[in-house]
Amino acid sequence: MSAFRFLLDGDPVEVDVPGMRRLLDVLREDLGRTGTKEGCGEGECGACTVILDSQPVVSCLVPVCQVDGHTVRTVEGLVAGSDPAAPGAEVGVAPPTDLDTSAGTPASAPVSLSPLQQAFLETGAAQCGICTPGMLMAAQAYLDDGGGPDETAIRAAIAGNLCRCTGYTKIVDAIAYAAAARQIEDRS
Amino acid sequence: MSSEPAGGAEGPATFGSGAGAGTTRTPTAAPIPLTVRPGIPTRGRATGHPLRREGPAKLTGEALYADDLVFEGAWSGATVRSTEAHARFEALDLDQAFDWSRVVVATAADIPGDNIVSLIHDDQPILVPLDGEVQHHAEPLALIAAPDKPTLAAALEHARPRLAQLAPVLDPEVATRTLAEYELVKGDIATGFSMADLVLEGTYRTGHQEQLYIEPMAMIAVPEAGGGMTVHGSLQCPYYVHDALARGLGVPKHQVRVVQAETGGGFGGKEEYPSMLALHASILARKAARPIRMVYDRHEDIAATTKRHPSIVRHRTGVTRDGRIVAQDIDVLLDGGAYSTLTPVVLSRATLHAGGPYACDHVRIRGRAVATNTPPNGAFRGFGAPQAHFAIETHLSRIAEALGISPAELRRRNAYRIGDTTPTGQVLRESVAAQAVLDEAVERTSFDTVREWAARERSGRAGSGALPGSPLRTGAARHATGIGLALGWHGAGFTGSGEERLASVASLELGADGRIVVLSASTEMGQGTKTIFPQLVAAELGVPDDAVDLAPVDTALVPDSGPTVASRTTMVVGGLLVLAARRLREAVEGRHGGLSFAEVYREDAAANGATRIDQRFEPYPGIHFDDATYTGDAYPAYGWASAVAVVDVDLDTAEVTVRDVVAVDDVGKVVHPVLAEGQVEGGTLQAVGYATIEEIKLDGGRYLNDRLATYLIPTAIDAPRITTVLVEDPFSGSPHGAKGLGELPMDVGAPAVVAAIADAVGVWVTELPATPERILAGLAARDASDERTAG
Repeated sequence: MSAFRFLLDGDPVEVDVPGMRRLLDVLREDLGRTGTKEGCGEGECGACTVILDSQPVVSCLVPVCQVDGHTVRTVEGLVAGSDPAAPGAEVGVAPPTDLDTSAGTPASAPVSLSPLQQAFLETGAAQCGICTPGMLMAAQAYLDDGGGPDETAIRAAIAGNLCRCTGYTKIVDAIAYAAAARQIEDRS
Repeated sequence: MSSEPAGGAEGPATFGSGAGAGTTRTPTAAPIPLTVRPGIPTRGRATGHPLRREGPAKLTGEALYADDLVFEGAWSGATVRSTEAHARFEALDLDQAFDWSRVVVATAADIPGDNIVSLIHDDQPILVPLDGEVQHHAEPLALIAAPDKPTLAAALEHARPRLAQLAPVLDPEVATRTLAEYELVKGDIATGFSMADLVLEGTYRTGHQEQLYIEPMAMIAVPEAGGGMTVHGSLQCPYYVHDALARGLGVPKHQVRVVQAETGGGFGGKEEYPSMLALHASILARKAARPIRMVYDRHEDIAATTKRHPSIVRHRTGVTRDGRIVAQDIDVLLDGGAYSTLTPVVLSRATLHAGGPYACDHVRIRGRAVATNTPPNGAFRGFGAPQAHFAIETHLSRIAEALGISPAELRRRNAYRIGDTTPTGQVLRESVAAQAVLDEAVERTSFDTVREWAARERSGRAGSGALPGSPLRTGAARHATGIGLALGWHGAGFTGSGEERLASVASLELGADGRIVVLSASTEMGQGTKTIFPQLVAAELGVPDDAVDLAPVDTALVPDSGPTVASRTTMVVGGLLVLAARRLREAVEGRHGGLSFAEVYREDAAANGATRIDQRFEPYPGIHFDDATYTGDAYPAYGWASAVAVVDVDLDTAEVTVRDVVAVDDVGKVVHPVLAEGQVEGGTLQAVGYATIEEIKLDGGRYLNDRLATYLIPTAIDAPRITTVLVEDPFSGSPHGAKGLGELPMDVGAPAVVAAIADAVGVWVTELPATPERILAGLAARDASDERTAG
């Protein structure tokens, strides 16, 4: 065992695990960050996509030794401002064993979303939601790289992320909205 | 129909208005003169409709799926499976090189209750008992639990079932064990055929299709004091799991509790199999006396869980020269796999839909499902109807070609109208939109104009194979483009007397604290239950959407609203909630003369305490089905769908690119346009995958491509642009007019794509998927027969 240090969603973290342990397991099991999902474990579905420095990678195929000294962004760090104390924690989700009926799905949860997340919400780009964290990270990497509201380019950018619910139509729409909104913002 | 001018003001043409406006995704293909008017609800933001209720949690990673749940002291469980398709299970050898005291092993002998996965028939064991017969590859034989995954993996390696091979039955056409059988007769087919100018026969085949929800099966069982059990899992039907657990664990139902975790897609795949997984986890949890997590990896999920039934459908159809269908003789054969699971109901739906949405006086439909030594097939979006539609729609398109009538026109002449009678004797009294969806699809795509264009292009390529080394190319063009159409119907809700027998309950409670809570067992798996239910209730009560909460789907809290299947959630359970809301409003308003619910419900709750309405399903008026004679109203209403697909076929490789699909669906009443479009788009892409790339190869009863690297589904690049057009022809029996939606688009996509391929290259592919190999084989056969004719 040896310690690996990296920047996770803005925070320095350190884990003492075998170097070949999958980044996905480090995130989900060692650090309790379950926002990143596993769909196939062999790099085919993209559900576990995170951003390593500026590249989208599938965290099921990245050993933790490769992120030592690097930065990792996950869905949990997407929220605007990305102050770990503030936003995501406000989203109310039922503790699984809570019997209280009030703990179901609250009608209005106070939550702040990034422009990309907001676009996904408004266009209906998330259905079952299991591909969504990875899809968002692939899309964020595309936007960070200066990607615009171009359908062909967007489809290419998310080609490694499988979605079985949406037919991709609304996901492409959402990313295009976010890209267009940013272009307008940049111009003004 | 309107005669929309070719290449209208919008210029060359694409279907729909993609987000990246102005981009064309297939620059190599010749532009087609097409325009499509936007659908009724414009795509984009959910203006005026609530946003997805659990959307923020899903978008921030806070939503908790089964594998995200943490239970202290939990061990992981795994399954020892058969490596044979048919065998006697002689022994489980535990290699003494492994220290078995570190783990817990369970066999059939450890099952406290009946060794049965309770569903329709009692033929499927939870675990094959020693000396029992293994019926399929990957069948569960034993279970192991371990404190950590490496120990579990090591234990699995050292557990070796001893299996004595038996001869497997793999071919459904020679299989003799019948799982279900139906026969539908209307009129007299001999009379019908005597009226025919032309009789056409065809055989159509489809293979397995994997649901491929992106979240694999996952379940955690937590033993409770006194022999009870609570399970948390990814599932569609909490009360199916509940019933199966009570029986398998041999405990009263009140000692079993099923809680749905956030569920990452189902599509039917999580209808029945979660019962098996919950039983496995519970048996281990009981023996190990601690929580057990069982989460399949993708390989195990594909290898072991249910698929869409393979089918062989034979049509013999009599038509008149002017294109009237006068006789239909249809045989439907489904491969059920090793156990019956839901096969009898899947076959029933396949049989009832086999004739297509067409009026015909003389019909005989025989349906039969047989058992083979392959993993059991089960529910998948469409539930038998997609197989039936691929056959009838492809057959009808070939009839149109033989008669020299446009495929749209042939359908127009035969499609159901109000007053027509189905093969079960059901008179279609209302909500029949077959003609409407057909006309919409034809008009919006300028279908006939494009077909004429494609026909000219095709004839220009006459003498295919003229270019050496290329089967299709004759000149510089590398692609051929074609357009295809299909029409379909889908019975909304449960088949036959299903809803009546189920007698679902959904409840609404105004709590003493003034909160309005929906209580139902209908699950959210991405389709929008959690958004639609509060929306329907809020509209009825005249309160804002966010004034209505949802109880968690937990059998300790919610009534049995039936399974979340059969496109019944918005229509049937949503309908119950609308009625419950009406009763709640009346009860509260009755106590405060003249004031509206919205004005008084909070003070009413404070003064009078909680008011709860339990709404039980009552049969739709005038709707009755006779199970014994298999006649009557097979469904309370039908949804109607048409799809038009445009494909490019590579003239060197015969690879198919589905460029555009226009999907027109009648759902009775659109409750939420964005969610409804999401259903159509997703269902359409699953149909496109079914048509083109999704295929399971078997060897000796084992799935060969049982990984995501080898079982392919469409990516964003493979996906066509999908334009959704929603049509509303309400059903008077449901209080909000809504009919089912989820499965409709799955029925018509594949035959539309196959018809488009035929339009492009002149070959009918009669077996799904339409792979390049099958298209090339079809061309070779056609060219050989041309040569024979010429010679």
